Amino acid sequence: MSLKALALGLMATSVLTGAAVAQDEQIRIGVSIPAATHGFMGGLNWHAAEAEKRLEAAHPNIDLIIVTADGPEDQASDLEDLVSVQQIDALVVLPFESEPLTEPVRAVKDTGAFITVVDRGLTDPSIQDVYVSGNNTEMGENSAEYMMSRLGEGDNIVILRGIPTVLDTERFDAFMAKIEGSGINVLDDEFANWNRDDGFEVMQDFLSRFPDIDGVWAQDDDITLGVVEAIKQAGREDEMFVVGGAGMKEIVRGVMEGDPLVPVDVLYPPAQIATAMDVTVAHFTSNGPVRGEYILGSPLITQENAEQFYFPDSPF
Amino acid sequence: MSVSAPEAAASPSRGFRLDLKTAGPLLALILLVVLGYALNPLFLAEGNITNILTRSAFIGIIAVGATFVITAGGIDLSVGSMAAFIAGVMIIVMDWAVESMGVSIWTVLMGIGCSLILGIGAGFVNGFLTTKAKIEAFIVTLGTMGIYRSLVTYFADGGTLSLASEAREIYRPVYYDSFLRIPYPVWVFIAVAIIGWVLMNRTAFGRYCMAIGSNEHVARYSAIKVDRVKTWTYILQGLCVSLATIIYVPRLGSASAATGVLWELEAIAAVIIGGTVLKGGFGRVGGTVIGALILTAIGNILNLTEIISNYLNGAVQGVIIVAAVYLQRGSLGRRKKAAE
Repeated sequence: MSLKALALGLMATSVLTGAAVAQDEQIRIGVSIPAATHGFMGGLNWHAAEAEKRLEAAHPNIDLIIVTADGPEDQASDLEDLVSVQQIDALVVLPFESEPLTEPVRAVKDTGAFITVVDRGLTDPSIQDVYVSGNNTEMGENSAEYMMSRLGEGDNIVILRGIPTVLDTERFDAFMAKIEGSGINVLDDEFANWNRDDGFEVMQDFLSRFPDIDGVWAQDDDITLGVVEAIKQAGREDEMFVVGGAGMKEIVRGVMEGDPLVPVDVLYPPAQIATAMDVTVAHFTSNGPVRGEYILGSPLITQENAEQFYFPDSPF
Repeated sequence: MSVSAPEAAASPSRGFRLDLKTAGPLLALILLVVLGYALNPLFLAEGNITNILTRSAFIGIIAVGATFVITAGGIDLSVGSMAAFIAGVMIIVMDWAVESMGVSIWTVLMGIGCSLILGIGAGFVNGFLTTKAKIEAFIVTLGTMGIYRSLVTYFADGGTLSLASEAREIYRPVYYDSFLRIPYPVWVFIAVAIIGWVLMNRTAFGRYCMAIGSNEHVARYSAIKVDRVKTWTYILQGLCVSLATIIYVPRLGSASAATGVLWELEAIAAVIIGGTVLKGGFGRVGGTVIGALILTAIGNILNLTEIISNYLNGAVQGVIIVAAVYLQRGSLGRRKKAAE
């Protein structure tokens, strides 16, 4: 009798274990990103969808669930749903804003999930297992270095900034620190909100205000497109050049073709979400360790290397 | 039936005071111009004036339409998304035309035709749902706002729709060229403003709008076809959005989810700064034009000066908008006292 009970107990245990193993085989990874409200995020959404297709095809036991949010509160609700409804084993998150999302991500961590944070860091970095990010400081520095390679003492530049945020400030401060002492004059800087229309209008006003501009740091490709139109409207294409940033396909194509007005671009890759998803999947599939910080470079895209940064199918 | 119009006609002194009311926003604009000139004399350079006028054309044209909607007691929150949506479809249609039958002036005309149909259609939908389905205008247009915004994001795959460069070459002059040194968009703005003014102040339609905005029930009992007039205000609004989009597309040749964001608020602000009453019943097309110029001039002045921190731009805008409306309402209050 006791033997029978033991046997039954063993059977039950093995069934339970079997079930647990079967459940473990399907690994659910939630990917929470901001909605495609502007060019860069559009590109990021596209690369996330591409990575999902590729990774799910390569690993049948991996299930990636992408959710997009319109704001920090929305994203916090998404995270709750991912935990309660999807019961995720890992989370890849690009936080809308750092502070408001730190606690919601910590709550996901407390359920035992593996956490990958992308681009915008949380205020408590101990929550994350993996951090993948572009390098805003390097982006500012590389832009400044290119400016210094073309301009010198007494030359004038104007700067169009993005939206007042930490990452914009990082770029701007790094740029300013780098050009200090080079003798290049920064005539003024204004926010253009990472937006073509604002880029156009701010540049129009810079052009009517300053008769002598030698270079423009637009630090974003959407802004760059607006700036270029304003310069063409004023007929001052020959006086200056524009340095953008991100790696939008139209701009990269222009660089490839040797556009003198926008001769280079500085990469800030929307494809970093794919890197983050790869690393997270590797945590479950690879025997190599993945925990740590992955800071992607922000290389200068020139006519020589532009081809490797050109994604004709991407919307960005 | 009509509350303000007959009174104005009854006493000539009243008419003079009504002019004072128009003077409110105008005074604000003049003060702003003086301020702009003081901060940077380049403010009054010909190039800069042209820039301000051309820029204000988008919001201004849309705001003229909004003046009718608001006067008749409605509201349209969908105009910004509608502009983005129409711009997106125009670009898709023109790109398709370029690919399938080559590029000609007809490509652009097709895009323009498409824009007009969409604008009028979208306006009709807003009007129909408000009047026949009896849903509050706020909810109807909040709904269509979300729909148009998502559609343009969907069409663009979250990225940007760009007009084929061949078509752009033909279309570009519509924004960038001028006639008698005044750019075409400004001419369109002037035409829309004049037609709007005549429609508001010299036709039965304008009086009906004001009557409905003052008191819809009284208007209904006075045999005004309230639903029809209200629907027409939304159609006019759609038409204005369509015209604004026609001159917007050649500027950058692109549309994305970021196109026209918050235009609805700017248009409504222009209307209110201009002296139209938000709860309806009283509309001023001339004031709306000045309101649009004030809004554009603020942004321009902030770009022309270095003395104000960039972080405070929004605050400066807020202060000027409130002050401009105070100038106008302040004179309203004084008149009331005088009347008593």
